[in-house]
Amino acid sequence: MAAGASSWALEERDHARIERSLQSFLYDSNARCVLLVDRAGQLVTTAGERPDFDQAAFASLAAADFAANDQLASMIGEKEFSSLFHQGERESMYLADIARRVILVVLFDNRTTVGMIRIKVKGVVRELTEVFHEIFSRAPSASSPVLEAAFADEAEDEIDRLFGDM
Amino acid sequence: MSLINYSSREISCKIVYYGPGLCGKTTNLEYIYDKVSPSTRGKLISLATQTDRTLFFDFLPVDLGAIRGFKTRFQLYTVPGQVYYNASRKLILRNVDGVVFVADSQVERLDANIESMHNLYENLAEYGVDLREIPFVIQYNKRDLPNISSLEELQGQLNPNGVQHFEAVATRGIGVFDTLAAVSKLVIRSLS
Repeated sequence: MAAGASSWALEERDHARIERSLQSFLYDSNARCVLLVDRAGQLVTTAGERPDFDQAAFASLAAADFAANDQLASMIGEKEFSSLFHQGERESMYLADIARRVILVVLFDNRTTVGMIRIKVKGVVRELTEVFHEIFSRAPSASSPVLEAAFADEAEDEIDRLFGDM
Repeated sequence: MSLINYSSREISCKIVYYGPGLCGKTTNLEYIYDKVSPSTRGKLISLATQTDRTLFFDFLPVDLGAIRGFKTRFQLYTVPGQVYYNASRKLILRNVDGVVFVADSQVERLDANIESMHNLYENLAEYGVDLREIPFVIQYNKRDLPNISSLEELQGQLNPNGVQHFEAVATRGIGVFDTLAAVSKLVIRSLS
């Protein structure tokens, strides 16, 4: 059976490159933290101050926010809104598209400005676009643990254990 | 679109509950939320109208725990069932790994079920996905109500390809976890 959409894998070396780009962006921009979320609403990674909210819920809402705005863009004849800005009293958010598959979410406060964030986001988006293009063009690794039948067997046992007696 | 994160050693998969308005999609997630241990699930997020109708989606992450060193997580979503909300319904289907169609067994909802099933095929097709090729199960809900279609009729109308199906009374949890377990297993198998 084919998967609903191709899976993708983030390897250690990808993570190291992403982490370097994000740390350098945080240093340059003075943002509080960044989250990378894929378009399916799954959290890829975070950098900077550790968010004290539910990150899985946040990721799902950020992806939905971006997806809804994508549709709004097309309704007014735009191909996309490649970035979104939500301004709060103390905390603000800036969201930017990466390679049409991932969303960069920047959380910042009054230690910086939206102008500075906007300028610095361009650079990190460029770097990450390159990284993610490589990731997505790669075929899933043959040595991937999820491709082993034993993984599915163990997962099925766990599903039965967890949901079986409910 | 499942994500295998070797760095954080996590695997995430997206499962969407689909079906006509008031068929019980949100009720499925609420029951799962109530019964699963808080250490196994995250927060239930509901973007609903003031009258508790789903406006955009409900979201519930459920963790399977570590399988061969990989923390495995299912992200459960519902769509708004009302016909009017098709634009947002389609967005939730994006990058889906598995689908549960929740049918309302009441006779007067048969047409709504059929329409919703067609809508599911169409919306997936717009993403280039064929429902017959992805993990998919059907749940016939509200089997406790008096005026319901027979299982044979529902199967004939909604399940020509013979995918796994479950009879359910989601308000009492009957069939809820059988459905979730079945679609979860199909999604896990689809990774291999």
